[in-house]
Amino acid sequence: MAGGTVVLNEISAPLIAKKARPGQFVILKANETGERIPLTMADTDPKKGTITIIYQIVGKSTSLFKSLQVGGSFQDVIGPLGKPTHIEKLGTVVCVGGGTGVAVMHPITKALKEAGNRVIAIIGARSKDLLILEDKMKAASHELHVCTDDGSYGHHGFVTDVLKEILAKEDVKLVVGIGPVPMMKFVSKITAEYKVKTFVSLNAIMVDGTGMCGCCRVSVGGETRFACVDGPEFDGHKVDFEELNQRLQAYKAEEAEATNKYTCQCRAER
Amino acid sequence: MEDFMSEKTGKSDQVSRQPMPEQKPEIRRRNFEEVPFGYTEELAVKEAERCLDCKKPACMNGCPVSVNIPDFIRFIKERKYTQAIRKIWERNALPAVCGRVCPQESQCEGECILGKKGTPVAIGNLERFVADLERKHGKGDLPPKAKSTGKKVAVVGSGPSGLTVAGDLILKGHDVTIFEAFHKPGGVLVYGIPEFRLPKEIVFSEVNFLERLGAKVECNVVVGRTVDLDELFEQGFDAVYLGLGAGLPKFLNVPGENLIGIYSANEYLTRSNLMKAYLFPEYDTPIVKGRNVAVFGAGNVAMDAARTAMRLGAETVRIIYRRSREEMPARAAEIHHAEEEGIEFYLLTAPVRFIGDEKGRVTGMECLKMELGEPDASGRRSPVPIEGSKFHLECDMAVVAVGSGANPILTSSTKGLGLNKWGYIVADTETGKTTRKGVWAGGDIVTGSATVILAMGAGRMASDSMHKYLALGW
Repeated sequence: MAGGTVVLNEISAPLIAKKARPGQFVILKANETGERIPLTMADTDPKKGTITIIYQIVGKSTSLFKSLQVGGSFQDVIGPLGKPTHIEKLGTVVCVGGGTGVAVMHPITKALKEAGNRVIAIIGARSKDLLILEDKMKAASHELHVCTDDGSYGHHGFVTDVLKEILAKEDVKLVVGIGPVPMMKFVSKITAEYKVKTFVSLNAIMVDGTGMCGCCRVSVGGETRFACVDGPEFDGHKVDFEELNQRLQAYKAEEAEATNKYTCQCRAER
Repeated sequence: MEDFMSEKTGKSDQVSRQPMPEQKPEIRRRNFEEVPFGYTEELAVKEAERCLDCKKPACMNGCPVSVNIPDFIRFIKERKYTQAIRKIWERNALPAVCGRVCPQESQCEGECILGKKGTPVAIGNLERFVADLERKHGKGDLPPKAKSTGKKVAVVGSGPSGLTVAGDLILKGHDVTIFEAFHKPGGVLVYGIPEFRLPKEIVFSEVNFLERLGAKVECNVVVGRTVDLDELFEQGFDAVYLGLGAGLPKFLNVPGENLIGIYSANEYLTRSNLMKAYLFPEYDTPIVKGRNVAVFGAGNVAMDAARTAMRLGAETVRIIYRRSREEMPARAAEIHHAEEEGIEFYLLTAPVRFIGDEKGRVTGMECLKMELGEPDASGRRSPVPIEGSKFHLECDMAVVAVGSGANPILTSSTKGLGLNKWGYIVADTETGKTTRKGVWAGGDIVTGSATVILAMGAGRMASDSMHKYLALGW
């Protein structure tokens, strides 16, 4: 099991494909004993009746997802959930995607362009081999900047470096930031300096995804909101990223235990 | 001696109520097996013989779904168990559930004439006995079903009220489809009530019973998101029942409530019950196993959460409630079971704030002592803080069980559905009709958090009205 590997699944889910809008997510459960995992959709094809998810392998659940063969199935797929991204014509907008956040960013970028905005996209990854959807993002935007942390491709450095340069010279009306928590935090910090409205998409831990359990609560502007029904997108300038980051670590020990056990089982079966 | 007694006072009241055999508290507090074992046949018959078979049975007045109680008990006396279960099925499709979780003491048993001077007939235990017997040893006979009407009914939510509506309408010949947002049917019976109080196998068997009758169950459908109400009508459904439940947890709104280890009761119980986190790592969903656990609230859900925490290995579990024992909304039996298992009660105590460590995990809380003041809107004396009574309590896990509000997912995306100021659906109290033609609602999404049997009562009422509508019109 290669940690860090990025996987794409196209799933037949006609009802969801028909209804889904950019920014919405699904909940997936691989098998009877599996967890319910929320993932924002990277694409939908209402005609084919499919939805696409792209994720990085980080633990047991994502490993289980990856182990599904073409033609196999997730036991449960539920959605579309969450509020869709609010798309309107504003002028110049910047879409910043990091890691697998680029996958989530893609349909939003496309929709913003279709709505008549001038769209500048910045995408980044740790290194070239983890970079995804470059061509699609190029097609979905007017201008694309690519960054890698290790300099193996494109701009050597963080997406926030490029964002800063753009904000300094352009009249940007909106920034959308989707990626790892530290990235979204720094994107929001920079845009706050330039007073540019910013949305981020939060990947809180969830159970039901329908507002029933409150697992995904986040502090936004000092108020508790549920990422599943009030979000997943919130005003980046108001999100308590520290709290979000801590809450994402809630089950770190259990995740490690489950992953180790699963890895050992896989080895033994081999 | 026995003969003398029976000559003098009639044969029934000198035999006292047969106690339910159950797991010993010191054992059961650490396992998830069901607490009561259920009556043996001998105990059941002995208990049934206590029934006076009253001409005007008061017990039936106490039953929200009007089960013919004396009739089914008479069949038990005669050891005709198949007839007994059939008698219950006439009014109640979920007897194994109701026998376990109904508050009989304030319903059927509360009205039993024997209870005036002694102890009432254990109606719940008897209902459970015949339902379990049928499930384990029955031939799988189905009650008779009316011929097809060709009408299609959508039931949204597979909790107690939805299952009741489905059961009633399928027997009346309608084509019923149940939609459930979760991946398993049963609603609160599956995600909320713990295994040790209601084994999930029983819920699935009750759902299976409806499926064998011809009801379709569609899980993973969030009505309001995956499909909406208009689309259901477009798809040819003639009537819709909304039994959504009250799925929006309330929190305490005190500082520190988002620390790790603080759960809503919905989340805690859903993790443990539906997702089987108590079996982690065999099941993948994790749950925080607290050593010192605080549970806020004193209803049945709070008791379920506290007893779950004890079973997950806690050293201390404290129920923290800002009113006094008298105001505790939980059933007496649940409180008793919790106390037997070593749950502590911190009454007249209110949380002020939670305290956490550098990793954002809860480590303790500050509380205030309360005293009872004037009665509030609910008629209960409202708690008032005692000045200078602040104190610290350690806790590494907490569950907030102070009720639920109305989940807006369906109601906010549906046109023509009247809501009250709290967001609950407005439904006629006699029929369950909403303000939208062809749509009924019942259970917690109408009344706010209540009990399983009240939800079933609402479902029964609505299904009668729906049946009339399908035959005659709105």
